[in-house]
Amino acid sequence: MEASGPLKRTALYDLHVELGAKMVPFAGYELPVNYPQGILGEHQHTRAAAGLFDVSHMGQFRITGSNYDAAAAAVERLCPNDFRSLTPGQQRYGFFTNERGGILDDLMVTRDGEVLRMVVNAACKEPDLDHLKANLKDGSKVEALPDFALLAIQGPKAAAVIVRLAPESAKMTFMTGAALKIAGIDCYATRSGYTGEDGFEISVPNARAVEFARRLLAEPEVKPIGLGARDSLRLEAGLCLYGSDITERTTPVEAGLSWAIAERRRKEGGFIGAAVLQKQWADGVAKKRVGILPEGKAPARAHTEIADDSGREIGEVTSGGFGPSLGKPIAMGYVATGRAAVGGTVNLMVRGKALPGRVVKMPFVPHRYHRN
Amino acid sequence: MSAIRYTKEHEWVKVDGDTATVGISPYAQEQLGDVVFVELPEVGKKVEKGKEMAVVESVKAASEVYAPIGGEVLEVNSALTDAPATVNEDAMGKGWFAKLKLANKAELDGLMDEAAYKAYCDSLH
Repeated sequence: MEASGPLKRTALYDLHVELGAKMVPFAGYELPVNYPQGILGEHQHTRAAAGLFDVSHMGQFRITGSNYDAAAAAVERLCPNDFRSLTPGQQRYGFFTNERGGILDDLMVTRDGEVLRMVVNAACKEPDLDHLKANLKDGSKVEALPDFALLAIQGPKAAAVIVRLAPESAKMTFMTGAALKIAGIDCYATRSGYTGEDGFEISVPNARAVEFARRLLAEPEVKPIGLGARDSLRLEAGLCLYGSDITERTTPVEAGLSWAIAERRRKEGGFIGAAVLQKQWADGVAKKRVGILPEGKAPARAHTEIADDSGREIGEVTSGGFGPSLGKPIAMGYVATGRAAVGGTVNLMVRGKALPGRVVKMPFVPHRYHRN
Repeated sequence: MSAIRYTKEHEWVKVDGDTATVGISPYAQEQLGDVVFVELPEVGKKVEKGKEMAVVESVKAASEVYAPIGGEVLEVNSALTDAPATVNEDAMGKGWFAKLKLANKAELDGLMDEAAYKAYCDSLH
């Protein structure tokens, strides 16, 4: 996304340049798309060891009310997810919806004592903040945390690295958060990420971010990873990219994200767009998000038309590319509900040619989260 | 051996008699990153100077490769189908895309020689 005005830089900008990164504009920031290792190598390193990602462009918010439940209840008016039932240290995936049930942004919420922490997408963080400021009720308040960087360490050896530097992190499981002192630096970490691997996302003051990143990069398992591999990793993990796979014009039901909406919220409603989603649960939806495995070697990129055998358009690819772990192309997109069953065949219209593909279950690469 | 000429779109062409071998430059492969797929033209196809001749895809994106000169496709480097990374490893050599039967030698006149192309790449930073 091209932003107007000068590009912003994260606290790690100079370190990225020093590490030889190729910097590109992304969501209004100048960020590393890859380091000299290249996207393929960075992808494979993350799947084999541990990759360090600068995701400081993402929005970090703190929401407070008279207590946690009041803050969570205020947020629940804007999100269909169940945040009130979170116990201290628990984390949950969610999204803001609009009146049409469309997704305004997807996000992560963590209960940090009586505080509700939220991480949102970079491109949406200003509208999200305005939305929260305008709509939080009952005295709940939102505060952005621009003075904090966000680093993700992902991969099968990520936990070994963090446990070495912060032994108390060993007891954390997938989708939990805790205040940690990592290599002597106070931070807030959650055991989560965007690659399908075990790992942590760590909020650390900008003033100590470079020192923190250097400390992690000094560990033998860790290499810096850019946005290019971040995208191929999340696509293999079947995770949605906001703005492509989920937008204001797709609902959580169509996107296959109903799992993130608890029974209580489905029944009670009480969030923006509830009537639309309740109707979709009752009556079904016209299109669904699916995984697609193209048969040949040609990647089918976002916006590729999906057609049936008679050439009739039945959907569109929303994310597609090469899956380095599989050594072949992968894609996700929306197809007419009648064509969404796993095993079904579709045609991907790439440069005027119909390339056969198959609807498959996602993720393309199994998740390896640390659940217990 | 004959001199190599370059386009502003970072294709190269090497002429030997009336056969022109074409590919993409080291600068182009470096900008693309890891090449994961190459779509080559069909043998016998007539390509026009400046028009799409092939497609090269990196992990991130698909890019068009334009014919640096016009002519009929005599041969394509089908080894790239199974080993697209050859374009990264040896862009000027084993990573060639196609051999064309040169239609109009005068089309070479507007292309850059090695020195001019190097200066052009330097100007892009």
